[in-house]
Amino acid sequence: MKKLLLGTAALAVTASVAFAGSHSVVRMGTEGAYPPYNFINDAGQVDGFERELGDELCKRAELTCEWVTNEWDSIIPNLVSGNYDTIIAGMSITAERDEVIDFTQNYTQPDPSAYLVMAGNEGVALEGAVIAAQTNTIQASFVAEMGATLLEFASPDETIAAVRNGEADAVLADKSFLTPIADEGGDLVMLEREELIGGGVGMGLRESDGELKEKFNAAIQSMKDDGSLNTLIAKWEIGAAF
Amino acid sequence: MCTDPSQLDQFSWLACYLTTPKHMALYWSVGTVLSLLAITAPAALLFGFGGATSARSRITPLRWFGKGYIAIVRGVPDIAFFLFFVIALDQGFEWIRHQVKCPDWPDPIRQGNDFIVCAAAKMPLGTAPQWVHETYGFFLAVLTFAIVFGAFAANVLYGAMRSVPHAQLETAAAYGMTPRQTFWRILVPQMWVYALPGLGNLWMVLIKATPLLFLLGVEDIVYWARELGGAKTARFTDYPHADWRMWYFFGLLVFYLLFTRVSEVVLDRLMKRLTHGQATVGGEAQRKAA
Repeated sequence: MKKLLLGTAALAVTASVAFAGSHSVVRMGTEGAYPPYNFINDAGQVDGFERELGDELCKRAELTCEWVTNEWDSIIPNLVSGNYDTIIAGMSITAERDEVIDFTQNYTQPDPSAYLVMAGNEGVALEGAVIAAQTNTIQASFVAEMGATLLEFASPDETIAAVRNGEADAVLADKSFLTPIADEGGDLVMLEREELIGGGVGMGLRESDGELKEKFNAAIQSMKDDGSLNTLIAKWEIGAAF
Repeated sequence: MCTDPSQLDQFSWLACYLTTPKHMALYWSVGTVLSLLAITAPAALLFGFGGATSARSRITPLRWFGKGYIAIVRGVPDIAFFLFFVIALDQGFEWIRHQVKCPDWPDPIRQGNDFIVCAAAKMPLGTAPQWVHETYGFFLAVLTFAIVFGAFAANVLYGAMRSVPHAQLETAAAYGMTPRQTFWRILVPQMWVYALPGLGNLWMVLIKATPLLFLLGVEDIVYWARELGGAKTARFTDYPHADWRMWYFFGLLVFYLLFTRVSEVVLDRLMKRLTHGQATVGGEAQRKAA
């Protein structure tokens, strides 16, 4: 309650101060549920490949950044309406999304998508199977097009749970997300078959935010040039290097 | 003690696990939900009272407004209202601030999909720390809940005002009370006994509607239960575990059941008290028992 009262007071105070720069603080929107790209660690903070990458990019672009989590489903609408300034959430660059928002250059190589099934069910005929995928992902549209029965879930975690409890025969997701789960041993195994979909992951920005996009593009390029991006990719095991 | 959880025995492992900063966020969110209820309930009652009084006003435009409010908000599905209204409200605030603070702004506000106001008009300012954004989101949530539940409360109160025996009001007029005096001294004190069952229902529904908070970007208990309960691999946490969502949701179930049970007890007592001396079946029974 005290925090709330303080909040209203601070709102009233900050509201009366004018600001010059358009982006003194850049708010980075992420999902926080997609390791190793982004997740919430034990300390309750955003962590993962994109956390380290984003902090480094902000340092190079000389920006002050703040991390915000948002559900995947509404992550684009909330960017567009200005709740945060970037999406950095393992979002593949696609033509459909590019119509609504802008992307920086890609900071990962196109990561193949892989299937995870229950051990002993490796022989499943995928075309006739029930396949789980997260809503509004490239994998979901791929499954819909390949003719299998698509089972959509709001969070990545639920897609895995659906295979475990037998609701779905397989889950299709980015390979780097599935690898740690398959490595855990136990009941889930990855299939040999991979799908090459998506054009690499980039940061999403509002279409009107060209200046910020150029800053991040330059920072990503400098990380590509000095090899520090490859170091991060290797550390978090995010597919192939540049 | 909690530095290397993999070496701990079961009990201390659980103790360490349940006190991680991430779990603290879950416990903190219980407070968020409770304070939302504590602020929303009186606010919604106020909206309801305003709606009900204007719906039975003698001034025609005000009556239209009251009736329109009740009919429209009650008719729109909650989720649609929450998704549409909060964005519209937020953009409305920013639009007004934009007109006041940046009258010389050359660019259009709507550019394709984007809604662009000048930096000084952002609500809250882009430079504000995260907790200000969270507090602002919380207040948007309170306002939206108050408007939605206020419409239902208005309908309940409107009905309750009409249930007060008409003879009471006529007697007041015969004693020479003005309409205003009749309203505040005769109608309002007597209407609560008719309103309470409906309002009690609304309160129960409001308790259970709090998970809608997550739609508004407020991290509530359901969000944290889902996030904490999901299966965790050892690479990304010190406390790997399988899918425990069932247990977390079971915890939520117990929490909500206890909460609604306590509410029922309190509402029952309140009803007994309000019935006292009223010309209703319950009031008559109390009189005979005494």
